[in-house]
Parts: sequence; structure tokens; C-alpha cells
Amino acid sequence: MHRTKVKVAEDALDANETIARANRDDFDRAGVTVVNLMSAPGAGKTTLLERGLERLDGVRAGVLEGDVQGSMDADRIAALHVPVVQLNTDNGFGGECHLDANMVRSALDELPLDELDLLVIENVGNLVCPAEFRVGEDARVMVSSVTEGEDKPLKYPLMFRACELVVVNKLDLLPHLDFDLDRFLANLDAVHPGVEHMLVSARTGEGIDAWREWLAAVPARAAAPA
Amino acid sequence: MHELSIAGAIVDTALRHANDRRVTRVDVQVGALRQVVPDSLAFYFAIVARDTACEGARLELELVGAWLRCPTCGQEWDPAPAPVAGHEALAPVLPAFRCPACERAETEVVRGGELEVESIEITEEETCIAPR
Repeated sequence: MHRTKVKVAEDALDANETIARANRDDFDRAGVTVVNLMSAPGAGKTTLLERGLERLDGVRAGVLEGDVQGSMDADRIAALHVPVVQLNTDNGFGGECHLDANMVRSALDELPLDELDLLVIENVGNLVCPAEFRVGEDARVMVSSVTEGEDKPLKYPLMFRACELVVVNKLDLLPHLDFDLDRFLANLDAVHPGVEHMLVSARTGEGIDAWREWLAAVPARAAAPA
Repeated sequence: MHELSIAGAIVDTALRHANDRRVTRVDVQVGALRQVVPDSLAFYFAIVARDTACEGARLELELVGAWLRCPTCGQEWDPAPAPVAGHEALAPVLPAFRCPACERAETEVVRGGELEVESIEITEEETCIAPR
């Protein structure tokens, strides 16, 4: 028996990063800006997206829907006459719990990238894994609903640190909950100081104008020199 | 729960460097900010390695504590929440990602973000080349 130590010194997620960069190159070539939308299951990503995309004047938007199974979300987006592609992850080990760069790459041919200004990738609902896998996006948005409790930033700092915007959703439910909004914002600031946030209710429309304006400004922000 | 995906990425990385030879040990650095549960990672590693050249390999994890630096004032600190003596039973103390000296928001991660395959150990049977 002969043992040899081989030096590797490589980030375990390098392979994903390489494909994410290839996606990013394709997006840049097509002139499309990409947002990766992440949250726990049921935080309201799809409803928020519906409210944001309707009347998003002057921005040609498309959507990539990631789900373990089914096309319910894609059907809802398609009803807005927005180009949408559904990615199902259930051929993985019991259903992949996130989108990775390669899955996104496999769906790019189905989207009219050249005709889009903005592509929103709705990730699989999960507060852990999507934070680890870049897919070639320009910006990452995290949706956290008030029904999830104010301790979530402390429990999932990886996710709350892996985003440029936190949308606090379901604000209309506050009167029925003992959710402490100030405590949530203090927890958020502790794990991701200074991160931009907005307070909305996708159901009543409260705060949705700010969300729509944020989405509309993504292409211009991405084009501006850093 | 991301340990399964991470185990898969570690096995893939090891296999890429093994060139079809048998891997008997994989050394990985894991930073505290990656929120990896070591036992869970070892459990999934054994499953994902099945039927590959990594089957049965030992996974050695080196845990790296978090260490942050403020790019503005140069302060360095450990962000891990430490319970205040005598108040352990109280609500969790907040982690400190904001600079404790100048309170600015921008921080650099000096250590703690690692998820790096450091090395692999290859074990080969001695092949006897006897002269005819």
C-alpha cells in the first residue's frame, strides 16, 4: 500500500462559481440584469413578484421559477404575460433544496434573454442552501415575513448576510401577531449592519411602490460603475 | 441542511483531483460563518461518497473560528455572540458584525468564511514490476 498526500487548496464550491461566472457573462452579453429572490417557503416570494411585475413600466422582465415540484408559481407569473420558465429540482437526491449555477444554466436557452432588461430568479424556498450557491446574479433579495418570528436573522445569519435587500412581508398581519418589528430590525442589523430593507404587504399593496421602484432601478444600478 | 450539498461539492472536488485513484482521506477547512454542522457533514459525506473513489474515505474537518476586520479603523474582533456572565439564561446576545470600535457597518471577513478542500490522501496498491 502506498499513500500520497495531494495538495488541493480549492474552495469546495469553486465548480459552482465557475458556472455562475459563465452565466453572468451570458447575462451581460444579452444586457439583462439578474435578481436572485430567496426566502423560506411561504414567505410570499411569488405574490411579491406578481405585485412588483404588474405595472413595471418600461422594464422588460422575465422570470425563472425554481421549485422542487410543480408549476403553480410559473402559471401565476405567466398570467401576467411575463416570459417565465419553470425549473424543477426533484431529480436530485430527494429534490434539491436550492438552485445552483448549473441548473440555471440549463434553463437559459428557454428564455428570450436578448429581449429582457430584468430576469428575476425565484429560488426554492429555503433559508439555508440558496445562500451558498451564486447563480450569476447581480443582486440578491431576501424576503422575510412577519409570521416567521423576529429571531430568524440570528438563526440564519448566512442567508441574511447573503443579500443586498431584505423585504419584510405580510405587514398587514402585525395586529394579529406578537412579532416585535423593532427587535427584528435590531437582529437584522446585528448580523448584516446597514443592509437595505423595506416593509411591505404584498396582500394589501402597502409598500409595494417602493419594491416596484427598486426592481425597476436594478438594471440602471447594475450598469452604474461601482 | 446545506450539509448535503456541501458534502457533494467536497466529494466532487476530491474526485477531480484524484484521477480515478482511491481517496482514503479528505482534509477540509470549515469556517464558523458557514454554519456547517460537522456531524451532519460527515454523515452526508459517507453517503455521497458511496460508489465513488471516495467511498470509505475519512473526512477530517478543521474548524476555523470567525475573525472580522473593520476596513475603516482597522479594529479586529470575534463576532461570535458571547453570553454575559451571570446572564446566560437571558435571550441570546447578538453577534457583532458592526465594528465595536467605530460602529461602521462595512466589515471584512479575515477568517471564518472558509469551505476549502485542503488536501486529499491517495492510497494505491503497490504494483510489482518483476523482471522477466
